[in-house]
Order: sequence, then structure tokens, then C-alpha cells
Amino acid sequence: MSEPRQHTVLELRYLRTEFGSRERPLIAVDDVSFSVKAGEILGLVGESGSGKSITLRSILGIVRPRGRVGGEILWKGRDLAALDEAALRKVRGREIAMIFQEPMSSLNPLLTVGLQISENLATHTDLDARARKTKAVELLEMVGIPAARNRLGDYPHEFSGGMRQRVMIAIALASNPQLLLADEPTTALDVTIQDQILRLIQSLSRDLGMAVILVTHDMGVVAQTCDRVAVMYGGRLCELGTTTQVIGDARHPYALGLLRSIPRDVAPRTPLYSIPGAPPSLSALPPGCAFTARCPVAGLECGDVRPPLAAVGQHHQVACHRRAEALAHFRQHEAAS
Amino acid sequence: MNMLTMEPAKPLLSIRDLTMRFEKPRSLSDAIARRPRQVVSALNGVDLDVMAAETLGIVGESGCGKSTLARCIAGLHQPSGGDILFEGESVVGLKGPKRRAYNKRVQMMFQDPYTSLNPRMTVRDTLREAISVHRMREGAAIERRIDELLDLVRLPEGAADKYPHEFSGGQRQRIGIARALSLEPICLVADELVSALDVSVQAQVVNLLLELQDNLGLTVLFVAHDLRLVRHVSHRVAVIYLGAIVEVGPSEALFSRPRHPYSQALLAAAPSLDPADRKRAPALSGELPSPLDIPPGCPFHVRCPHAAERCRIEKPALRPVGAGMAACHFAETISAV
Ligand SMILES: Nc1ncnc2c1ncn2[C@@H]1O[C@H](COP(=O)(O)OP(=O)(O)OP(=O)(O)O)[C@@H](O)[C@H]1O
Ligand SMILES: Nc1ncnc2c1ncn2[C@@H]1O[C@H](COP(=O)(O)OP(=O)(O)OP(=O)(O)O)[C@@H](O)[C@H]1O
Ligand code: SF4
Ligand code: SF4
Ligand SMILES: [Mg+2]
Ligand SMILES: [Mg+2]
Repeated sequence: MSEPRQHTVLELRYLRTEFGSRERPLIAVDDVSFSVKAGEILGLVGESGSGKSITLRSILGIVRPRGRVGGEILWKGRDLAALDEAALRKVRGREIAMIFQEPMSSLNPLLTVGLQISENLATHTDLDARARKTKAVELLEMVGIPAARNRLGDYPHEFSGGMRQRVMIAIALASNPQLLLADEPTTALDVTIQDQILRLIQSLSRDLGMAVILVTHDMGVVAQTCDRVAVMYGGRLCELGTTTQVIGDARHPYALGLLRSIPRDVAPRTPLYSIPGAPPSLSALPPGCAFTARCPVAGLECGDVRPPLAAVGQHHQVACHRRAEALAHFRQHEAAS
Repeated sequence: MNMLTMEPAKPLLSIRDLTMRFEKPRSLSDAIARRPRQVVSALNGVDLDVMAAETLGIVGESGCGKSTLARCIAGLHQPSGGDILFEGESVVGLKGPKRRAYNKRVQMMFQDPYTSLNPRMTVRDTLREAISVHRMREGAAIERRIDELLDLVRLPEGAADKYPHEFSGGQRQRIGIARALSLEPICLVADELVSALDVSVQAQVVNLLLELQDNLGLTVLFVAHDLRLVRHVSHRVAVIYLGAIVEVGPSEALFSRPRHPYSQALLAAAPSLDPADRKRAPALSGELPSPLDIPPGCPFHVRCPHAAERCRIEKPALRPVGAGMAACHFAETISAV
């Protein structure tokens, strides 16, 4: 768990990323603020399309050319949002590395896996060709690719989905980054290899002080890996707290609904709970709470007044006007089921 | 023919001793050193029956051959050996109209709805193309069928004239399902269909699959890493290790009492939802075996905590154990931990 003496390395202040025209913008990330300490693993969860990947991409300045990033991205005190492309490139891949969500679209299909790792090592380290090859084998073994030496000559399509994902992880970890942005790094992995990769990330974080933002849909992964969790909905943060607080004692109606959708203690092949309604269009969000249209306890003020993140306990913050009603509503359902 | 008789259910699909080897081109250095051509043995004698109208879950380590098996069944790979019987007839090497007829009845659905839909076609165009190319309907009946399909997968009214980017991930997944269903298949092969979606949207898609199966009597092969979901949707589950089935049986029996040591390790590695319950020891240790070089005897012996001398020499056959089948010499004496 994070200790007080550890220092904040990344701080987002009112991060806002939009697409489309300035007159009618599509706001993918809307005033998101949070910080991450050295050696800390922050989980980022939320609905498909809620802005998790765009948040990570904004940190590295790779939503350009068409996305507009506003707010401050303080990396060890320096505002990345104010840096030009040349200065950002020095930070990217070296100090801050990212594991992208779709391995197939970030690997070059025409180059062998070995060559792609080696090229990356050439950009970010001083190793010579021979040392790079040795290091590439080491990295692949570290992420659990058997007989790695014999597979350097394989093309991405000759790897399984999970093997490609592990190549991306190996490339990201090659430069010993101080901040790892991991966008669903284990979705294509079975639980035993997932376990191995998460242990690897945890030990790098614990032993070398690497800070991590881990985007995932798997609440089990969050429970087992993260120190704190942030929940996003409609481009905004709706809940932030320690893992125990968010998983065991969620307060925001969206977070409560999400947790209820996990199949546990339900009879096989019976319908699962899912949050009713469809996600909001990002270009037509209400001025108030983004969850209004789907919220079971929405009140009159919800559509007009935006709920601020407010403390509900030490480290625990929730953006909702009607927290007491929300708790009562979901408790009642739990009791009924 | 066998519609109204009370004879025991016949398998819809029978997979017999299926093998799939990918030969790698010989590299120059291999040629100089006179090393033999390398071969990836992705499937090593898979035997499996899939009953009509059942959901068969398929789980296993990343790279163990799940997608390869799915692709062989869907006719996207020509297997190297063995046979696939569909309603009793071999479908390996089918050509011409027979191949097309089979491919229509057995539909594969891929994980990534983003890349499998044409971004420049509306949902109506996509469905119309599928329906008319395969001559499922003619003239005005095509449009009626499109409405029916959208209704079936519960897409909102007006969805037909929208483009893929205007939908959420879960809705796009439904478009993919509607397209697969437009060909009136009797068997769906779902390879990691829901792993990229948040749990609430996952629940929606799973509910839809269950409902369609009950209404249309579809047979579903459900390949996934999320063991909670697999347990929820499957009637039976097959566990694959290094390209062979090591255990298969009724879902509840397999999950509550796995017989094969690999199944046991797999289930033990599923991340718990309780942050207080963090595991100390890794689920599996030992060197990962490679499909380039399958170990002799039991393929799991290098990592198996119960391995004995016999395991290094004699390959265990898949045989009845408990309510299902397992390939382990000591399945009866090894108790689930
Ligand atoms: N280049 C772009 N132009 C316009 N809209 C975009 C662009 N990239 C992303 N978006 C939109 O921004 C929103 C946030 O996308 P993002 O990829 O961050 O979602 P996410 O939370 O990562 O979802 P998932 O869990 O499905 O990966 C989505 O509605 C998406 O459609
Ligand atoms: N076209 C191909 N050429 C060469 N090797 C291949 C090809 N397709 C798959 N393989 C190899 O076959 C093995 C099994 O791959 P497969 O994609 O079936 O695994 P999987 O069980 O689906 O894994 P995952 O869970 O990671 O998706 C892997 O070692 C992979 O590298
Ligand atoms: S109660 Fe109001 S503020 Fe709270 S989540 Fe529901 S709509 Fe939003
Ligand atoms: S046959 Fe032997 S090595 Fe294989 S799973 Fe059983 S006990 Fe383990
Ligand atoms: Mg994303
Ligand atoms: Mg696969």
C-alpha cells in the first residue's frame, strides 16, 4: 500500500480532451483531476467509451492531431501539456511508457517481433545489436513467451492474441519507465499468465518505485493489484478511493451498478444484472450529472447541477448529489436478491 | 430424421484427433547449421464432441490453441490432420457450394467489433450485404429481415441508418451478432466475444446470447478467459493445454471439482474480488513449455506438482473421470485443493 512519505510523480489538474469542432465539441475527458505517487498502482475503470484510453493518451500527448488537450499534466512538476512534440518525445517511451489496448494495431505486421523489440531498444537504450538481441530474448522470457529465442523471427500474425499483448508489455518495460500507462494489458491473457504479468508489474512498482495507471474491466484484477481506484463515466471521474473503499463500499450509483453486473452467486444461465439504458452521447451531455438519464435515484437537481467530487471518508471521494438515496437503493436490492 | 425419436442426443460437431501444425520457413542460419525446419504444433490431437443447442466453454493458457481450434471449426484453417464432422459428415477440405453452405451455418464472431465492421457502411448496408450475398431473402423481404434482426439483438429504433462509430462497444458487438445471425447459422463460434467490454455491457451481450440460444436453439462455442463468465454461460467446459484437451465435463462439476492438475491451477489463479484476499504464491511455477517442442509423456509434467516417473514417459489418455473426462494418470487420487 502507498506510504505517506512517497511523493506524487504525476498530477492531472482539470484535464479536458475534446474532439470535433470548437462550437460543438465532443468532450471525451472532462475536467479530470487525480494524482499518482511513485510506487503506486492506480486502477482506472469505467464504461466502454468513458474516456479511459483518451485520458492515458492525453498524458503522453498522443491524441493529436485532432484532439485538443487542456488543463495541466504535471509530471514531476513539469507541465507536459505545455511541451512541444520534440520535448514530449524525450519523455515518451523512456520516462513514461504505454501499453496500448489493441496490440495488433500497435505492432507492425510486416516486421518480425524480434526486430520490433530491437528497434525499440535502439531508440531508448545504448545497447549494441548483439546486446539488444540478448535483451529481447530476456524480455520475452520475462513475460512468459516459451522458447523465446526461437520466436524472435516470428511475425505478429504468427503469435496468439495473448502473445502479442505480451510483446507490447515487453516493449513498454524495456526502458525501465518511471510511469507505466497500462491500457487493459491483460485482457487477452489467461488467468495464470495474467497473474504472472501482474506480479511482474507489482514488483517493478514496489521495488523500483514505478508508478502505474492500470486500465481494466476486470474487478478481480483491480482487487488483486491496485492501491487505489478511479471510476469514470461519460468522461468524468465519479468515484475515487482506495481499492477496499471502491470495491467493498462504492457510493456512486454508476459504480454500484457496475459492481452489481459481475456474475457472482447467480444461478447458471440466468439473466445477469446490467445497468439499464445506453451510454450518453459525449456531444450532448447534460449540464449536470452525466449519469442522470440512467440513474435509478436521480433527482430534480441532477440534470442541471454538476455534482463535484466530495469527500465521503479519508481518501474516498464521490461525485453525486444523492449519496444517501443511492446507498439505500442498492442496499434494498441486495437484500431482495 | 432424428427429430422426434428419443435416442440420445447426437453431437452436432465431432472433432476427431485434430492436429494443426504451422511450419516455419527455414531461416538462413538454420539452413547453414543444418537444423530442421521448425514446426509450431498448435493442436495435437483434439477430440471433442459438441452437442446441438449446448454452450461449450473453451478455456486454457494463452497460446494453447483455442483460436486455432475455433478457426479450424469455422473453416478458416485447413487442419494438418484429423477430422471435423458436422452432423456426421466430414467438412475438412469441403469446396464450392458445400463449403459455402457450411460456412453459412457455422458463423465465427470475433473479439474486435471495431475492425470487423466496415466504417463506411451503415448497419442497414452491412446487413443487406450479408443477406443478399448469401441470398437469404429477396426484394422487400430483405428490409423486413433487417428490422427483425435489429429487434432480435435489441438495437434501438433508428440504429439501422447509423454508422459503426456512432455506437458504443456493446452495441457494435450486437451489430456483429446481428450480422452473424442474418445467415441463420445453427452454430456460433465466439472467440473472446466480450473480453473488451465493461462488465455491465458484457452482461448485456451474455444475456442476449442466452436468450437467442433458448429461442433459436443455437449451438455456441464460447472461448474466453473470464472464468466467472464461462461458468455462467456454459453447459459444458473444455480445458485445453498445449493443443490438447486435458479435461472436459459439465460446467458446475468442473468448476466445483476440477480433476486435472492444470484445471486446478487455472481455477486457483482466478483473481478474487476481495482485496483482502491477495494471493502470496504464484498459481503455477516451472518452465513454460513451447508448442515448438512438446514435452514427452504428459505435456504438463514439467509444471505439475503431482508429476511422477510415469508422467515423464507415458502420455495420459483422455478418459472418463467423475462426471466428465480428464487426461491424467492420477486424476482419481489427486484431490482438488
Ligand atoms: N479520434 C477521435 N475522434 C472522435 N472521438 C473519439 C476519438 N477517439 C475517441 N473518441 C471518443 O472518445 C470517447 C472515449 O474513448 P476512449 O477510447 O477513451 O474510451 P475507453 O474508456 O477507453 O473505452 P473502452 O473501455 O471501450 O476502451 C469514446 O466515445 C470515443 O468514441
Ligand atoms: N498463422 C500462424 N502461423 C504460425 N503460428 C501460428 C499461427 N497461428 C497461431 N500460431 C501459433 O499457434 C499457437 C496457438 O495459437 P492460438 O492463437 O490458437 O492460441 P490461443 O489459445 O487462442 O491463445 P490466446 O489466448 O493468447 O488468444 C501459438 O503458439 C501461436 O503462435
Ligand atoms: S443521484 Fe444524481 S448526481 Fe448522483 S449519480 Fe444519480 S444522477 Fe448523478
Ligand atoms: S499425468 Fe502426471 S504430470 Fe500429467 S497432470 Fe497427471 S499427475 Fe500431472
Ligand atoms: Mg479504451
Ligand atoms: Mg486466441
